[in-house]
Amino acid sequence: MASGFSAYLRRDLLLAYRRRGEAASPLIFFVMVSTLIPLGITPESARLAEIAPGIIWVMALLATLLSTDSLFASDYQDGSLEQLLISPQLLAMPVLGKVTAHWMVTGLPLTLASPLLGLMLALPAAGYVPMMASLAIGTACLSLVGSVGAALTVSLRKGGLLLSLLVMPLYMPVIIFGSATVQSAIDGFAWSGPLAILGAMLAAAIALCPLAAAGALRLTSIN
Amino acid sequence: MNWLSNWSPSWQWFHRLGSPRWFYQTTGRWLPWLSLLALALLGTGLVWGLGFAPQDAKQGNSFRIIYLHVPASFLALAGYYIMAIAGAVGLIWKMKLSYMVMKSAAPIGAVLTFLALFTGAVWGKPTWGTYWVWDARITSMLILLFLYLGVLALQYAFHSNEAGNKASAILALVGTVNIPIIYKSVDWWYTLHQPATIKLTSAPSMHPDMFQPLLVMILGFYCFYVVALFLFTRAEILRRERKTTWVKELVLGEPQS
Repeated sequence: MASGFSAYLRRDLLLAYRRRGEAASPLIFFVMVSTLIPLGITPESARLAEIAPGIIWVMALLATLLSTDSLFASDYQDGSLEQLLISPQLLAMPVLGKVTAHWMVTGLPLTLASPLLGLMLALPAAGYVPMMASLAIGTACLSLVGSVGAALTVSLRKGGLLLSLLVMPLYMPVIIFGSATVQSAIDGFAWSGPLAILGAMLAAAIALCPLAAAGALRLTSIN
Repeated sequence: MNWLSNWSPSWQWFHRLGSPRWFYQTTGRWLPWLSLLALALLGTGLVWGLGFAPQDAKQGNSFRIIYLHVPASFLALAGYYIMAIAGAVGLIWKMKLSYMVMKSAAPIGAVLTFLALFTGAVWGKPTWGTYWVWDARITSMLILLFLYLGVLALQYAFHSNEAGNKASAILALVGTVNIPIIYKSVDWWYTLHQPATIKLTSAPSMHPDMFQPLLVMILGFYCFYVVALFLFTRAEILRRERKTTWVKELVLGEPQS
């Protein structure tokens, strides 16, 4: 069981490493959209600081959403997904391995790059550590939930936009508690509460999402 | 499944329920009575609630929209459960009919959710002075509407009925995770909205004269929901079973052999 997890983790990381340009796009998107905020709203740092926690979280969510589409797509196109489906092992473990790899090439770089965005959007100093902690946990939730949507839409030719419609409502609790973590730290309150709820969501997502995604892959991708 | 039907005769109704033809014929007999009941309850509730129930001390007559708002919100939430359960039954027992029920429940639920949001906005203007407030329950209802729209969009995105059924059943089940959050959100982010006035565990804090017509309206909405669900499902049955002999005989009016 664990071998399925680690094999697919290693395989997907290797694939992402060989296609570095593709893997970097969500990160570039994340940084680029941050330029739109001062241009579109205001360059004043006092007002930027007010909205920075929410804006950074919204952009991280959109960046993750953009990359979720490709989670199973290339495997579906080259037929290796079918090989995975007929293999005799529990499907949820390879799926979890793939999702972990997806998080390591999208969520983790976003988390590491977020202080840069915090700087550009004048995030108050108290917000940096909570922002990175909540992004690390929250983007993992987003990848897991997104995997269910990606599995449901993998056999559709134009699944990308539909995928965002399906998973966006499921993302909303994550962004509520993610930005609440940063905001309460900035306001000088204890931020461990919302972060703990994010952790609980991650625990539930690890337990349930790979199973749901595996079920969705079995039911919808073979016709 | 054979051992199941041999095992106990009480399972027969369950298998018979899986037959679209049986469902079509039975609901055809029930529909006139159910429609009458729904009409009577809705008519009584509306006349009683809008005409005879006492005015609210603070909100005056504007509170009377509660007689549409609350039943619509009830059914919007219950409808999601009905859709998800029908989807689960379809996934587990591979029953055609329950997929048809699931597909029919989605548009009805979406419209009821929209109705709840719309009446809430209309009610909000005289009460809070604004049509829209980002309050916990309003936001949850909006998310519920998005969930319904997702299920609908997924259902129609697939060319084959079967793949669309399974995919939207899974999505509906995943979405039920969101329903407890919708209820919990009342406690979490309570801001402008009134606290939940009807609780099953305690006595209602509304005056009985206002509450009784509301109860009639809720019952009426439930009956109306069932009627609408039956009508949608019957149309879906005819569409999907159009190649079977019994549908051909039904449409062409030929005697059944």
